[in-house]
Amino acid sequence: MGNEAQPQDATASVDFQEVQQTERFKTLRKRHRSFVFPMAVVFLLWYFAYVLLAAYAVDFMSTKVWGNINVGLILGLLQFVTTFGITAWYVSYSNRKLDPIAAEIRNEIEGHEFDKDGNVISGVKK
Amino acid sequence: MNTMVPAVNVEALKDTTLLNMGIFALFVAVTMVIVFRASRNNKTAADYYAAGRSFTGSQNGTAIAGDYLSAASFLGITGAIAINGYDGFLYSIGFLVAWLVALLLVAELLRNTGKFTMADVLSFRLRQRPVRIAAALSTLAVCFFYLLAQMAGAGSLISLLLGISDWGGQALVIIVVGALMIMYVLIGGMKGTTWVQIIKAILLIAGAAVMTAMVLAIYGFNVSSLLGSAAEAANNPAVLNPGLQYGKTETSKLDFMSLGLALVLGTAALPHVLMRFYTVPTAKEARKSVVWAIWLIGLFYLFTLVLGYGAAALVGAETIKSAPGGVNSAAPLLAFHLGGPLLLGFISAVAFATILAVVAGLTITAAASFAHDIYANVISKGKADADTEVKVARRTVVVIGVLAILGGIFANGQNVAFLVALAFAVAASANLPTIVYSLFWKKFTTQGAVWSMYGGLAAAILLITFSPVVSGAKTSMIPGANFALFPLSNPGIVSIPLAFFLGWLGTVLDKRREDPVKQAEMEVRSLTGVGAEKAVDH
Repeated sequence: MGNEAQPQDATASVDFQEVQQTERFKTLRKRHRSFVFPMAVVFLLWYFAYVLLAAYAVDFMSTKVWGNINVGLILGLLQFVTTFGITAWYVSYSNRKLDPIAAEIRNEIEGHEFDKDGNVISGVKK
Repeated sequence: MNTMVPAVNVEALKDTTLLNMGIFALFVAVTMVIVFRASRNNKTAADYYAAGRSFTGSQNGTAIAGDYLSAASFLGITGAIAINGYDGFLYSIGFLVAWLVALLLVAELLRNTGKFTMADVLSFRLRQRPVRIAAALSTLAVCFFYLLAQMAGAGSLISLLLGISDWGGQALVIIVVGALMIMYVLIGGMKGTTWVQIIKAILLIAGAAVMTAMVLAIYGFNVSSLLGSAAEAANNPAVLNPGLQYGKTETSKLDFMSLGLALVLGTAALPHVLMRFYTVPTAKEARKSVVWAIWLIGLFYLFTLVLGYGAAALVGAETIKSAPGGVNSAAPLLAFHLGGPLLLGFISAVAFATILAVVAGLTITAAASFAHDIYANVISKGKADADTEVKVARRTVVVIGVLAILGGIFANGQNVAFLVALAFAVAASANLPTIVYSLFWKKFTTQGAVWSMYGGLAAAILLITFSPVVSGAKTSMIPGANFALFPLSNPGIVSIPLAFFLGWLGTVLDKRREDPVKQAEMEVRSLTGVGAEKAVDH
């Protein structure tokens, strides 16, 4: 079939459907999706709200707030702030809520010890 | 430094040609040595396509920034802000926010499931042949449009930075740049390409940082007085407000919505960006890569805001527009104003390095997709060994390189700026729906994938063909003809929802069901990293 994504030796015998049904995996999937989906919706809405304002509310965006700095510039810079903020939030969420549980499941399946960065400490090195 | 420096004398730029060339030659020499050293360990396919998966997150993140911040970003956005003010800035925000799609929805899951190409992920749990062919075709289409835009842009850069304005001289420079790129990719593979991108990203961001600090110093680190001076120089307070470029008519507003949609959804589906995630050892490093990329790219776009308004205030829109290279000359002219020939030489060399690095990244992506997806998995049905596959990839590099050179020579002087936006629109229409569906929608089927990919690809290309960028307007590619049936220059607002719809329709109408075992495997692997490709241990 030429499937390049064939499982490697360690995972050839794994029953993935069984893993998929375990409570732990369901928790991992739920935690992941309940963070990334709402967050994706929020930042996309916020971005398009900003673009719509820039296109259709020019007078509002041109309102001077401080010196020559207007609402448009502040909202634009806020897009940078929220992008950086969501990035930092996601990283901290993954480190706390996703990585440990993903590492547990992976450990169990592959039967090797992994540290929390996902690097092999002991076990088979390719 | 003071604001009384006389206006930039464009004629004087020609005297600096030798200096520009010297600094660029130095960049080429240094990167060549690094590429040769890096290529010593290129043995396997994973070495050639994915740099042995041995880069760290911070290195890869820097390389992503180097790949993403093309000449169009640097020269184009600075110029757009200098001429059109706020709307240029608006444009750069889409380019940054888009990275959240990559961070939240794509990067880690893709790293965990794939091997070398985008098609690895898309075809994981669907039928291999049809999905791989469709994914490879859209990869090649995106790379081709992006590549052509970069190479065609080289012509105007040459006339500006090297003072070569005759067609033959420009063609010669395009050949030299193309030949250098082929050498980097042929010898260095992904490792060499990555190092070129890292070095270029550092030079570009450092150069922009220095110029930003100099501009801000002139205005006493007061952004408000910089803006005031820019508005005064432009003799138009509206440069600080949105609407100068995109707000002219209702059509142009809608056009900007369409562009914004393509930028935000296209970035995370650009094949050359996706392929970079395979060069790190784990999904966690892939996440770190995106985080680094977001910080570097965000910082850079903040610099371009200052540089754009700085160019408007210190150089002046009229001088910029009348210089060779037009809008693209804003950043180089500002460099000349701030730091004389030396800074101009540095920035010019970085601009050339930018073309080189971006084109190299596109070429290796297209070659990998052809060799790995079409040759190894479709033509030889998985029977080709890795050595043959890499051999095919190397030959493809030469073919693509030659095509890029020819494209660059013949598209030189054509108005092909729309090609970059088209590449984003194709990526967002043909690739993103299938990436999202196959990662998150259990019932998604082969028919849905094929309908969505071909439908998105065809819609984007057809709408562009019948849009004002190709015919019917003064600025069109073919100004004499008029077959512009579609009013917008950006197809995204139609083609992206259409591709999402086709993916859904194809799936619900599909009588065949996909293998639930494969679906379970993909889901578990994507979230946990079980059995993901490991780093090559040398």
